[in-house]
Amino acid sequence: MSNITPLKTEAEQAMIAQGASIAADRKPAFARFADSGLPHRRIEAYHYTDLRALLKNAPPPAQAGGKVTIASPLADIDAYKITLVDGHYEASLSSTLPQGVKLQSVSTLADDGADEKGVLSPDPVIALNAAFSESALDIEIAAKTELTKPIVIRIVTTGAHASYPRVRVNVGDAAKAFIVETHEGGVSGSLIDSVFELRLGDHVEIDHLRLNLVDQSATVLTTFGGAMGRESVYRGHNFVMGGALSRHQIFFRFEGEQSKADISSASLLNRKQHADSTLVVDHAVPECQSREFFAHVLDDESTGVFQGKIIVRPGAQQTDGKMMSRAIVLEDGATMNNKPELEIFADDVACGHGATVGALDEDSLFYLRARGLPKTEAEALMLRAFVGEALEKFEHDGLRDTLESLAEAWLKARSA
Amino acid sequence: MVAVKETVEQVKQLDVDQYRYGFTTDLEVDKAPKGLNEEIVRFISAKKSEPQWMLDWRLDAYRRWKTMDEPQWARVLYPKIDFNDSYYYAAPKKNAAPKTLDDVDPAILDTYKKLGIPLREQEILAGVQMSKVAVDAVFDSVSVVTTFKEELKKAGVIFCSISEAIKDHPDLVKKYLGSVVPVTDNYYATLNCAVFTDGSFVYIPEGVRCPMELSTYFRINEKNTGQFERTLILAEKGSYVSYLEGCTAPQRDENQLHAAVVELVALDDAEIKYSTVQNWYPGDAEGKGGIYNFVTKRGDCRGANSKISWTQVETGSAITWKYPSCILRGDNSRGEFYSIAVSNGYQQVDSGTKMIHLGKNTTSRIISKGISAGKSQNTYRGQVSAHRKATNARNFTNCDSLLIGETCGAHTVPYLESKNASAVFEHEATTSKISEDQLFYCRQRGLSAEEATALIVNGFVKDVLQQLPMEFAVEAQKLISISLEGSVG
Repeated sequence: MSNITPLKTEAEQAMIAQGASIAADRKPAFARFADSGLPHRRIEAYHYTDLRALLKNAPPPAQAGGKVTIASPLADIDAYKITLVDGHYEASLSSTLPQGVKLQSVSTLADDGADEKGVLSPDPVIALNAAFSESALDIEIAAKTELTKPIVIRIVTTGAHASYPRVRVNVGDAAKAFIVETHEGGVSGSLIDSVFELRLGDHVEIDHLRLNLVDQSATVLTTFGGAMGRESVYRGHNFVMGGALSRHQIFFRFEGEQSKADISSASLLNRKQHADSTLVVDHAVPECQSREFFAHVLDDESTGVFQGKIIVRPGAQQTDGKMMSRAIVLEDGATMNNKPELEIFADDVACGHGATVGALDEDSLFYLRARGLPKTEAEALMLRAFVGEALEKFEHDGLRDTLESLAEAWLKARSA
Repeated sequence: MVAVKETVEQVKQLDVDQYRYGFTTDLEVDKAPKGLNEEIVRFISAKKSEPQWMLDWRLDAYRRWKTMDEPQWARVLYPKIDFNDSYYYAAPKKNAAPKTLDDVDPAILDTYKKLGIPLREQEILAGVQMSKVAVDAVFDSVSVVTTFKEELKKAGVIFCSISEAIKDHPDLVKKYLGSVVPVTDNYYATLNCAVFTDGSFVYIPEGVRCPMELSTYFRINEKNTGQFERTLILAEKGSYVSYLEGCTAPQRDENQLHAAVVELVALDDAEIKYSTVQNWYPGDAEGKGGIYNFVTKRGDCRGANSKISWTQVETGSAITWKYPSCILRGDNSRGEFYSIAVSNGYQQVDSGTKMIHLGKNTTSRIISKGISAGKSQNTYRGQVSAHRKATNARNFTNCDSLLIGETCGAHTVPYLESKNASAVFEHEATTSKISEDQLFYCRQRGLSAEEATALIVNGFVKDVLQQLPMEFAVEAQKLISISLEGSVG
């Protein structure tokens, strides 16, 4: 009954109170958030992740100067490091960047997701970030720069507060880079709402890894907005293990012809974790190719959500899009909600999607057990193969090994 | 790939300017005053001489409806409907309680003749028809005639209008009406509860296989009139019934509202097959006029081993908002949904199904084929869910859509929700998952992968469509030959 204005929840009221003294340039974004409040199940994009019901309280915004006590999971990887602590740039934990890469810490970035024209979509979680993010990183990778080492951006949360990290990376034409975004730290009561924007020129080749390893009691909402020029390649990898409540949004748009994007994701969830992967791939121009592969493993009473949408705009002929979502539900208490969507306005295209939800294949399990493997080991072997499909496209050996050992540890903990 | 030439031509024959049922019949009518309020609800109930409990039920629904909002989630755009701007009851005057077919106004009989619907039993028996079909003919707000009543009675089958059922079989109606689609279900269903005028009632007793096909033919004739029909089909233990529904309306410039509710209940081992050929007036080539078709159809597989199958061929209506669903409550029950939706001109279709798996070992299958041309938008929206206790639930979904031209859109919005580890759901748009064995067999005999797939899927749909009686099947038959070539998602 929308003719009755719903009361604001405690969390919403707290967030609105926090916004009372907000800087003038962030007021429009704040107004948009205050107007809509937290998204709830009757908002289609949040049908399976009702933030109004799930977010019980709004912790106070974090101050600069938080102390990092945890080690980076990627400490052994030879990489350029950039660290954001509670959303604030921390120079002492960041390395010198190579030639062709410039970094600037600014107070605000222009695209706040106010309209469809920006890289970021109008979305309440983005509006919330735009309203409260007090500092942002603006990274510029110059044209023709070819980086040999990955750039690792650590986004660390130190306590029970709200942080709003914001990063923008501009990649010039014909550049080549590997960008890693890790979400770490957090405690019960932490709220992380991060926005990462990637603008890619023409003829670029980019690998992008997003790693959610925050504490299993924290709340983490991450948004990635990408736009790419012509004849370019984007490979996105997502790995989700952390967060009591998490949502990972991807908005990717093709702006130049003959480009390719390959986006994969693996989520390993247990206990009462709720993880939502929401993906929108927008084929705005003709002759582009996209591949999406999302895998979920759900144990105990966890909940997995996959919402994927491929949009083919009018005139985007010769689009080739394929989206696949696979989920393994290990226990009766676990839930998987799948919504793979296609929205197509051009007739000469090849688009498809598939989605499966099910248990591990009984016959294969039987086969392995007949060969003497105990049940848990047989299951672990099959799950390893299942997750492996999402990881195999990874071209950086060191990072792939790290991810594989993280998955291994998760499986071991399960069997124990 | 682009659509092949044959397909383009076949779809053209179904284009909005080819609508063949757009004529009107001039009749003197008995109408309710324009508008919607409690008085109108009382008026309809009084016209039908309904008992008090029915009136109370309607009034309760009306009061609830007043507090509800129109759903916004469907992918359809239309100006806000002024519910006070149409008539909620219109009945031909000369047709007051006809006893036999001879009492029916010849103008109405003529209308059905023009539409190709056989109402005279002897004509049907004369041998032109493939099989016998009993017809309930609903004209605007009333059922004008129901054929083969006597013959059906011998088998124990009750087939009559819902108004008669409320009078003659109040216990059955009281027990089942609103038990599948509750009064509070959704905006249009609640509106229907308040103002439904007529529709069909079917009761198949235990162990009876209904001796003939049953069908209802809906015709909207009056200007500015909404049609709100209500259908209730009950299949007792071990019974079987096949029911079909057809609909047309005259060509008019204003939009007319059609909000129906269909409830099916299948008890242990019963089977209900429900087929629809929906051909309401779709509006003209500029998108003017046409029927707004907001329909709630739901079947409840209440008993073990029961089966409900929906088949729909959708070519009409300016807007279609329709999700025939199955609640798979009984253990081992089965739900099926086969759909072909063709949209042209400015038509907007948002249709699909829901398969709610509640019982153990329940299975469901969804095959949907959407074809959009002109400036139309065609959306498949389907939900498959497994309850925590739905052990071994299985679903297979396949939806293909085809676009003809650059100005239309085809969309797929499936929802798959599983809360049970042993449930297996497969949703696909790619053709590789159709039975590998069958594919292999066909390919061994020299067919290409695409030909083999087309053969299998078409053969599958054909199976169902061929069971429709001739007069309904003409359109449907045309569609099945449409190639799968160039299909997406």
